[in-house]
Amino acid sequence: MAEPGKSFGLRFKAALADSFLGGIIAFALFSFVLGLRTVDSVTGLTLQPRPMLLAVAVGTVFFGRLLLNLFVWQADHPLTTPFAKLFSAEPFDRRDITVLGAAALLSALGFVTAVILNAPAYQLIAVVLPVFIGLGLLRRQIVQTFPDLPYARIFITCAILFALFFPLTSFGLEKAFNLGLPLRYWFDLSILVLTYVMLGWGLNIVVGLAGLLDLGYVAFYAVGAYTFALLATYFGLSFWVCLPIAGLAAAVWGVVLGFPVLRLRGDYLAIVTLAFGEIVRIVLLNWTEVTNGPNGISGIPKPTFFGLPFSPFGDNTFSAFFGIKYDPLQGIIFLYYVILVLALLTNLVTLRMRRLPIGRAWEAMREDEIACRSLGINTTVTKLTAFATGALFGGLAGGFFATRQGFISPESFTFIESAIILAIVVLGGMGSQLGVAIAAVVMVGGFEALRHTDGLQSFFGEGFDPALYRMLLFGIAMVGIMVWRPRGIIASRSPTILLDDAKEDLP
Amino acid sequence: MSEALLKVDDVTARYGRLAVLHGVSLDIKQGEIVALIGANGAGKTTLMMTICGRPRASQGHIVFNGQDITQLPTHEIARLRIAQSPEGRRIFPRMTVMENLQMGAIIADDPEGFDKDLERVGALFPVLKARADQRGGTLSGGEQQMLAIARALMGRPKLLLLDEPSLGLAPLVVKQIFEAIKELNSQGLTVFLVEQNAYHTLKLADRGYVMVNGKITMSGTGQELLERKEVRAAYLEGGAALEQGGQK
Repeated sequence: MAEPGKSFGLRFKAALADSFLGGIIAFALFSFVLGLRTVDSVTGLTLQPRPMLLAVAVGTVFFGRLLLNLFVWQADHPLTTPFAKLFSAEPFDRRDITVLGAAALLSALGFVTAVILNAPAYQLIAVVLPVFIGLGLLRRQIVQTFPDLPYARIFITCAILFALFFPLTSFGLEKAFNLGLPLRYWFDLSILVLTYVMLGWGLNIVVGLAGLLDLGYVAFYAVGAYTFALLATYFGLSFWVCLPIAGLAAAVWGVVLGFPVLRLRGDYLAIVTLAFGEIVRIVLLNWTEVTNGPNGISGIPKPTFFGLPFSPFGDNTFSAFFGIKYDPLQGIIFLYYVILVLALLTNLVTLRMRRLPIGRAWEAMREDEIACRSLGINTTVTKLTAFATGALFGGLAGGFFATRQGFISPESFTFIESAIILAIVVLGGMGSQLGVAIAAVVMVGGFEALRHTDGLQSFFGEGFDPALYRMLLFGIAMVGIMVWRPRGIIASRSPTILLDDAKEDLP
Repeated sequence: MSEALLKVDDVTARYGRLAVLHGVSLDIKQGEIVALIGANGAGKTTLMMTICGRPRASQGHIVFNGQDITQLPTHEIARLRIAQSPEGRRIFPRMTVMENLQMGAIIADDPEGFDKDLERVGALFPVLKARADQRGGTLSGGEQQMLAIARALMGRPKLLLLDEPSLGLAPLVVKQIFEAIKELNSQGLTVFLVEQNAYHTLKLADRGYVMVNGKITMSGTGQELLERKEVRAAYLEGGAALEQGGQK
């Protein structure tokens, strides 16, 4: 923090010392990671030093830290304050306006330079700051003009409407931005995102509401998928029969897992659930007679529109029944609505359950298990229902996954899936339905967007594949959220009951 | 003599191999305030938890209202209307005051009567009414203690177990809470009070027990115990002097 009494000279000295230390640490870390490169040569592996790259990395750390120290961390008036003020109701003073104005002016200069030099990537970068400031000012203006609007509700309504009319909106978006992506791509992506939204909401019951750290959620996803696949391929049962059975089978396994871990909490529970996830995967891998082992199960039938298949051939098909021309998109749009309904169902059930005694008991158990027992709550039943309900939705999502893919193998159910779903729940803010949905969209959709950021190639050079940096960005996002929003994107838990009825509940 | 509401008979309890209670016997009659005092680590809290079934008594019997509850699981004991305000309060910090009270009302199992119970508890602790929509964790220590008691009361208990309600609270708040206990008792509630604050507790209680190293060493009416030399020496002289100093 800034010490007002300190002279600039003293502060500069401290900042310099700190940055120097940062530089040394950066040097120690980067000298192996960036400074040396193993090259395959005639004599075997040799080390090739890369001093320039190392110097750039260390220099960036040193000067970056120096600037941050001088103008943000140790400064009397940190340069970041005006930007933070954009998102609060605090009035601006002259200094803030100067800083924001200067930032906008610099960006404009940068933009003009980029246009002259014909560098579109830099143009994009130059626009970021003014857009950020503009949005902040706009938000401020709206909030000041209509302070009492239920913003969260409006946002949720818009999001649901957007999802409901996605077939139209995606068409519009594609036309407006002309991204050159086929409509089918948009649907596949949104189906993927919605699957993760549903999985996040399902796990949210176990982790967010009941407070039971489950690292093996993917096991239920797998049980659902395999139940669906086996029933559909061996017995030829239809989608609408298989799906609920898949969910129920997963719920049963939720109870089966629940029993041995009743007495466990926190880390220990996490370890056992992690093991459970692996056990399920390994059984699927090795029980070749039933699951076909690593080769997986293929030929899982697609869902039918209440008995009418989506197919170009035959008389009793969806297109023939409604007298429209067959289009492969019809089946995909149907899948989209199935997962949308499933996800919304998960959300609805969770919201309802939170108001029921059992949902209350989940939340109370997360807070204090001992107090729960002394209030007459049967914690055994409470835990098992939490596991079973969470697993039910995991299983439904798994069944859907099986029918959408048409092919499943144990490879789809590795630990990384559990980790991603858990990350969605934690980053979204445990217990917050909206936060989990936002996190799922950002994590799954955001990484997908990386594939289409061609502009970056002109910035980092040809052959730069942003999708390769997925995990790096994932880590940075994780660290960033934990630093700035340690309780998740939406941190506050909304009460299920308020004395003053005028206040609205948030999901 | 009327039949005891709660009868603890020769109870031994242990954590693993370590026995904490050695053959403890006491009884609480309908409408009484019974106090249990003793030093740190004497086993007071363990006795209270053993009544609630955790740890289970390894020997002896606990009889409530004519029913042997020694082997019942905790939540079923609670459903017999034994409410507990546990040590360290243990309110639900992220839930609002109102939700905390709703959790307490589960035992009462009477949604129609909820508002009436709420009214009664609100009259006892008006501050909770004002803070109904606030999260439990944002309350002060005294308010949290009040909430813990109020939550226990929402289940309409026949017996209220209070574990150290004065722990870490300002003298004024302690006074308030003890007055509330008195008020509840005058409405007919039976109270079992575990305390280190011996002076206040014994003044309030009809009868008291003194526990040393897991055994009951003395019992008698509150007044009797207050006058006993051993009690004064062990629990009161220092404390009473502090009290008087504090009240000046």
